[in-house]
Amino acid sequence: MSVLVYTENWDGKFKKLSFELVSFAKGIAEMTGTSVTALSIGNVDAEELNKLGNYGASKIVEVKDDRLNHLINGAYSSIISQVAEKEGSSVVILSNNNTGKALAPRVSVKLKAGLVAGVNALPSSANPFIIKKKAFTGKAFANVKVKSDKKILTLNQNSFGVKESGGSASVEAFSPSLNDADFKTEVKDVHKVTGKVLLTDAEIVVSGGRGMKGPENWGPIEELAGLLGAATACSRPVSDEGWRPHEEHTGQTGKIIAPNLYIAAGISGAIQHVAGISSSKCIVAINKDNEAPIFEAADYGVIGDVMQVLPALIDAVKSFKSEN
Amino acid sequence: MNFELTEEQKMIRDAARDFAQRDLISDVIERDYKAAYPTKHIVELSALGFMGMMVDPKYEGGGMDTVSYILAMEEISKVDASVSVIMSVNNSLVCYGIQKYGTEEQKQKYLPDLATGRKIGAFLLSEPEAGSDATMQRTMADDKGDHYVLNGTKNWITNANSASVYLVIAQTHPEKKHHGINVFIVDKDTPGISLGPHEDKMGMRSSDTHSVMFTDVKVPKENRIGEDGFGFKFAMKTLEAGRIGIAAQALGLASGALERSIQYAKERKAFGTEIANHQAIAFKIADMAVKVENARNLCLKAAWLKDQGKPFAIASSMAKQYCADIAMEVTTEAVQIHGGYGYVKEYHVERLMREAKLTQIYEGTSEIQKIVISRNLLRD
Amino acid sequence: MKILICISNVPDTTTKIRFVNDNTAFDTNGVQWIINPWDELALTRALELKEGSSGAIEKVSVISVGPQSSEPTLRKALAIGADDAIRVNAEPKDAFAVAQQLAEAIKDEGYDLIISGIESSDYNGAAVGGMLAEFLGIASVSSVSGINFESGGFQVKREIDGGSEMVAAQTPFVAIIQKGVAIVPRIPSMRGIMQARTKPLKVVESSATDNLTEFVDYELPPAKAACKMVDPENMKELVNLLHTEAKVL
Repeated sequence: MSVLVYTENWDGKFKKLSFELVSFAKGIAEMTGTSVTALSIGNVDAEELNKLGNYGASKIVEVKDDRLNHLINGAYSSIISQVAEKEGSSVVILSNNNTGKALAPRVSVKLKAGLVAGVNALPSSANPFIIKKKAFTGKAFANVKVKSDKKILTLNQNSFGVKESGGSASVEAFSPSLNDADFKTEVKDVHKVTGKVLLTDAEIVVSGGRGMKGPENWGPIEELAGLLGAATACSRPVSDEGWRPHEEHTGQTGKIIAPNLYIAAGISGAIQHVAGISSSKCIVAINKDNEAPIFEAADYGVIGDVMQVLPALIDAVKSFKSEN
Repeated sequence: MNFELTEEQKMIRDAARDFAQRDLISDVIERDYKAAYPTKHIVELSALGFMGMMVDPKYEGGGMDTVSYILAMEEISKVDASVSVIMSVNNSLVCYGIQKYGTEEQKQKYLPDLATGRKIGAFLLSEPEAGSDATMQRTMADDKGDHYVLNGTKNWITNANSASVYLVIAQTHPEKKHHGINVFIVDKDTPGISLGPHEDKMGMRSSDTHSVMFTDVKVPKENRIGEDGFGFKFAMKTLEAGRIGIAAQALGLASGALERSIQYAKERKAFGTEIANHQAIAFKIADMAVKVENARNLCLKAAWLKDQGKPFAIASSMAKQYCADIAMEVTTEAVQIHGGYGYVKEYHVERLMREAKLTQIYEGTSEIQKIVISRNLLRD
Repeated sequence: MKILICISNVPDTTTKIRFVNDNTAFDTNGVQWIINPWDELALTRALELKEGSSGAIEKVSVISVGPQSSEPTLRKALAIGADDAIRVNAEPKDAFAVAQQLAEAIKDEGYDLIISGIESSDYNGAAVGGMLAEFLGIASVSSVSGINFESGGFQVKREIDGGSEMVAAQTPFVAIIQKGVAIVPRIPSMRGIMQARTKPLKVVESSATDNLTEFVDYELPPAKAACKMVDPENMKELVNLLHTEAKVL
């Protein structure tokens, strides 16, 4: 018996979300009286692997295979299922990120395990297994009962937090049995943007809306983001107009994010936009229209012209940085 | 009785709504300000089949009923009455007139282009001295045996510049008064046709309105619609149908203003609460909603009668008069509810109010509609 | 080549979410139902591909699991341009059951590309596409933001953290798409609506399937505290509040 958590790596390194996943798995293991096994696929050195122990993993299963340099849904989900079977895992945990969304459904069918996607917190009850998840794109929560013996959960990024438990983990290599049928997709070309903070990883996000008037006015957004180490985002009309790339579109049909701080500049706050950012810990809204619905969602509001407020905010952040 | 729309009618309404709320809204304020013709939008509207909704599919039309047309007109007009007037003239005057009264050759020659928006149509009835009284046509169509020669001036012509196909009403036999009037299909590029300057209008500024001058314009005889002297009856019958479209346009202006007012009243705060919680505003909204509902029912009733092949002249006059008058009232109240914001362009309602005014004037003023309605009720 | 789009019937994205029966059921009263936004983009892209394929893609079909009341959604998909539709006559219970029912209905239909939206905007399961691929034993590519049809095969663009990959997949496969495959959904034309009248909409019964999860009840997010307004002339105060009160700087 164990709780299995798939910890993805990025060029051999884990991220905060990996540690958050292990912390969450540890919480479930404590509720169910079991331990946490982490699965790592790819080349991660021992020092990096050992970090997982600090967050509650007692065992790490390591799979290395040169055919697995890119995500291949068939092969990866097969490995996760094999390890889950081998470890007798009753709960399998993945991130609710792109990778988790790709793999969890396939693992669910392989293990005949009920899947709850996008959970934020530990189950309210372990038996029957009931856990809360977001529904209606953040406009509500649902309590979901998983009826199958095995369960699969995907955890929303930045929802549970990281909890160090100071333990250490043993590492065990595993050779899964894979066949050609698991490799039906092939990556032909990779295009990477470097040097930018990823929207989904960002602790702080600076976002612009139609109130920015045009793509030529994005300077202050990028400057503020640069100062704060933040990612940039935008509202749907802005990406639809082609002012900003679609990867930046935040909202119900774009990216759903939960940073610590979300700064909305010139965004009116349509219900679909708010649905994508409402889990942010703190929302700052800057808008000249004091009736804009974004102020309903915001913690702090500034009524004013973004083109005047943003430079003032940039100056204030600069002097804050120099004092702290 | 059944007040349910069919699934198809709902789908058409939603398609029009999606188009209006997504595409038309994006530049409606700018086009109004610049009085710019919606070239791009008319191409899209044509591709979607909104320019010939009721034309028989064998002439490349949509084959839809009048109820569907009303639903689409309302949705488009909520956002942009300039676009809906272009649509209305093409659909319910030009296409309708040719399909209903034209010869097979005329239908085959003109309807496919008009129904698909490859060509736009215009309806030329009003004159400098013949507005509400259409019997007083001064544009002359002299019978020259195998062709007619047109001379005269038409006023307030919607689509005058963008159209390629004109339906022109003109007098051939002045001694027979309105029984001497004819109607012709005239290609706009015929020599002798010239346009007056673009009219600088109060509303519906994105549609192109001009006067049109005819100087010795030769029109082949086969371009006359109907028998010699049918023109006046043609105009009256076509306008009967066209009125339902304008009624729906007025309805859209009113319901668009109502929707915006409801949204605003729920967001705007005064004296510590949303203004929707003040009875002065809440009652205004109730009054507006009753008017809009009445207007919609009148429109749908007239459309339904037409679709059933029943007489609809009175119903269409009632719909036109009522919808136009309440459009003026409801849009004015919408500006009042919005206060100062209602008086600036960004909130749309001032434009809806300017546009509503025209619905009381064109395609038969409200007063003319009352003449039609009352005469019908009072005659022996 | 044949393309299939899995369609989910969801409340309009502007719907105010309410619950009834002690918060155990979603209040469908007055709700406008629409094609799940991602599914609509998938359909739009599939039609573009078909139109640009010079006949190589001969058919675009749509399928949905739902009771008869969900049929207008399929009819709309036909009006937008799908060639035919299949409705699996069952109440959709959870992603597992739906995927199983879909697999059952299409396993012998020979679709080369199956597209599903990344998630449905109601229960946000983000699961049906991947599960369907697994039930059918075929490949899946997710986070797809672009699909092209070139020299007889499909190439997809997959979003990854900080970039994208071009992925070739052996047909048949499931593409799980997100925004980007198309930007705005296609609006049905009058001609499309008219043609939808006579396009085939096949209803198939579902073999009994067991759902693995069930929704116990729902809750609405707690009301947010009022927004604290900061003077636009005093951005120092805002930074100070973010530092000392919100503790996010």
